[in-house]
Amino acid sequence: MSETRKPLLHVENLKQHFKITNKFTTKAVDGISFDIYEGETYGLVGESGSGKSTTGRAIIRLYDPTDGKIIFDGHDITGKMSKEDEKFLRTNMQMIFQDPMACLNPRKKVSQIIAEGLEIHKVCSKEEIDERVGNILDKVGLSREQGTRFPHQFSGGQRQRVGIARALVMNPKLVIADECISALDVSIQAQVVNMMKDLQEELGTTYLFIAHDLSMVKYISDRIGVMHLGHIVETGTTDEIFENPIHPYTKSLLSAIPHPNPIVEKKRKAITYNKDEEGVDYTKGTIHYVDGSSTHYVLATDEEFDKWYKK
Amino acid sequence: MDNNVKRDKNDRVLYIRDLNISFRTGYGVVRAIRGVKLDLFKGETIAIVGESGSGKSVTVKTIMGILDSNGTIDSGSIIFRYKDENGELKETDLVKMSQKQIRYEFCGKRIAMVFQDPMTSLDPTMTIGRQIMEPMIEHYHISKAEAKEKTMSLLEEVGIDNPDKRFKQYPHELSGGMRQRVVIAIALACDPEILICDEPTTALDVTIQAKILELIKELQTKKGISVIYITHDLGVVAKVADYVAVMYAGRIVEKGRIDEVFYDPRHPYTWGLLSSMPDTDTSSDRLFAIPGTPPNLLEKINGDAFAPRNPYALNIDYKEEPQMYDVGGQHRVASWLCDPRAPKVELPVELVEKLEKMKKEAGINE
Repeated sequence: MSETRKPLLHVENLKQHFKITNKFTTKAVDGISFDIYEGETYGLVGESGSGKSTTGRAIIRLYDPTDGKIIFDGHDITGKMSKEDEKFLRTNMQMIFQDPMACLNPRKKVSQIIAEGLEIHKVCSKEEIDERVGNILDKVGLSREQGTRFPHQFSGGQRQRVGIARALVMNPKLVIADECISALDVSIQAQVVNMMKDLQEELGTTYLFIAHDLSMVKYISDRIGVMHLGHIVETGTTDEIFENPIHPYTKSLLSAIPHPNPIVEKKRKAITYNKDEEGVDYTKGTIHYVDGSSTHYVLATDEEFDKWYKK
Repeated sequence: MDNNVKRDKNDRVLYIRDLNISFRTGYGVVRAIRGVKLDLFKGETIAIVGESGSGKSVTVKTIMGILDSNGTIDSGSIIFRYKDENGELKETDLVKMSQKQIRYEFCGKRIAMVFQDPMTSLDPTMTIGRQIMEPMIEHYHISKAEAKEKTMSLLEEVGIDNPDKRFKQYPHELSGGMRQRVVIAIALACDPEILICDEPTTALDVTIQAKILELIKELQTKKGISVIYITHDLGVVAKVADYVAVMYAGRIVEKGRIDEVFYDPRHPYTWGLLSSMPDTDTSSDRLFAIPGTPPNLLEKINGDAFAPRNPYALNIDYKEEPQMYDVGGQHRVASWLCDPRAPKVELPVELVEKLEKMKKEAGINE
């Protein structure tokens, strides 16, 4: 991973607040910055309520970000977008959702669902649309004949393949996968993750992979960002995060993954992390790079960093 | 774990024999459970593992007498052994009882269940205190004051701080993990003999999952109850279970003590499940995936249901269903590969490496 590589997505100090009442505002995402480079997979992990899904939705502009800057392939997509920028965003960034049943229109045939984006954005002619839909169905492991069926006629794993086909048929530069495997069975999860990796190699797509399951994220991501309560508390390459976690929250997440090894697992106790008990205030933290690495950093104050790093 | 522990027949709490259940649906009859045999002993934890549609939930729903109305028990028995109020040992076949009777005598009282999603299993219009008191008052006809006293101690036992305040709160005021603790408190309110946990942590975060599993375990050892876990996560199984049963398409394909099944798996489906578990410390970047999808139980299954997805399938797998083979200890496997006439097959290389590593970590030498 060279430093000179151009980031495809540059997020700077992104804030997404939701006003609940006049007195109370939820700060779902509170000033996060990260870059995603072309062709890589960036995994965003954290517990529910950490703001990882909100981040994804703010980037694809399903929300109106409160503050911050999002640069997508040279286009500024924050604030009011120009017509060209909006078209560029809508055709080049796609999303895969968590629940494959809820995100597919039950009254449309699968091929229609997949073709919808192409039709709306008038990307190509009718014949070409059919051709592209057929090709993408092959790629995600469904037959062309299955395109004439309705979503309810598919199993969960197949439905998620349709969701992936719908996102990839546009030939997007960036795909945001929001918990796209958590609703699937274990044996099917592995199939879908492998397929997404193969497609990435073939098409060169970039993924932002949002999940709460660190062990799956490890298989697909090149770099990982750990989110907690609206802040990215630690970022690094997958190896750096798994082999040398610094932040206590990352450590607690890693230790919470159960290992399929009965004798070891029965004795092991998970590390607990309580932000308030430890007196950590994320808003006071600054970025500290670990060991001269240019990719691995932790959000901490000077004292916290010394304390955690020595451990 | 002591490898020589004998499971004494007299300690059985529940045993299921040749259970067959089918459902009438708009598309035809679904044979959801096909000949399940399972024992549950006092104080032990068994885990039933399988994909969705493998019949694991149906099995426990039958035990609770809450089978959906289009389901019928075609044959088999579920014998529940318990001591009644006078301390006499009794045996009852739950299959022969009406759902109403099960509900009155066992469901919630002697057999309790923790469901997957704590928000849907709690009543949003009732305070949690009342919800915990309800089963005690209903089943044991004790006074409200007594029930309240017990509720307070239960809340403390399940790790909820400030019970006085929580008693008056509603489910929506609590976090997901706290709600699941309340559900556990309700399940334990009547001091059941059996606790069934149907994917108790799937709706929760990983960090909270670990705490809930530890809590259930702690309560189990303290109260000496037997627990049935239903899950698809082998990591969870490894953490909690003494005994494991792997289900596929309505049958138990492999069962045994946890170390037998995890360190020496014999069924190709178990091989696949273990291989597809993501490992946090291997450097391989490809995940093993079991090819294909689970069978449609609407259609009649010829031979072994797993055969079409099984790279090790023999010719006979497509013709005849394998019997349960005894492979030593408590370990039973339904696979033709365990037949003495079957050819020797090599385990997939990745799995061999994985098993070696697991054994090394666990300190087992073979």
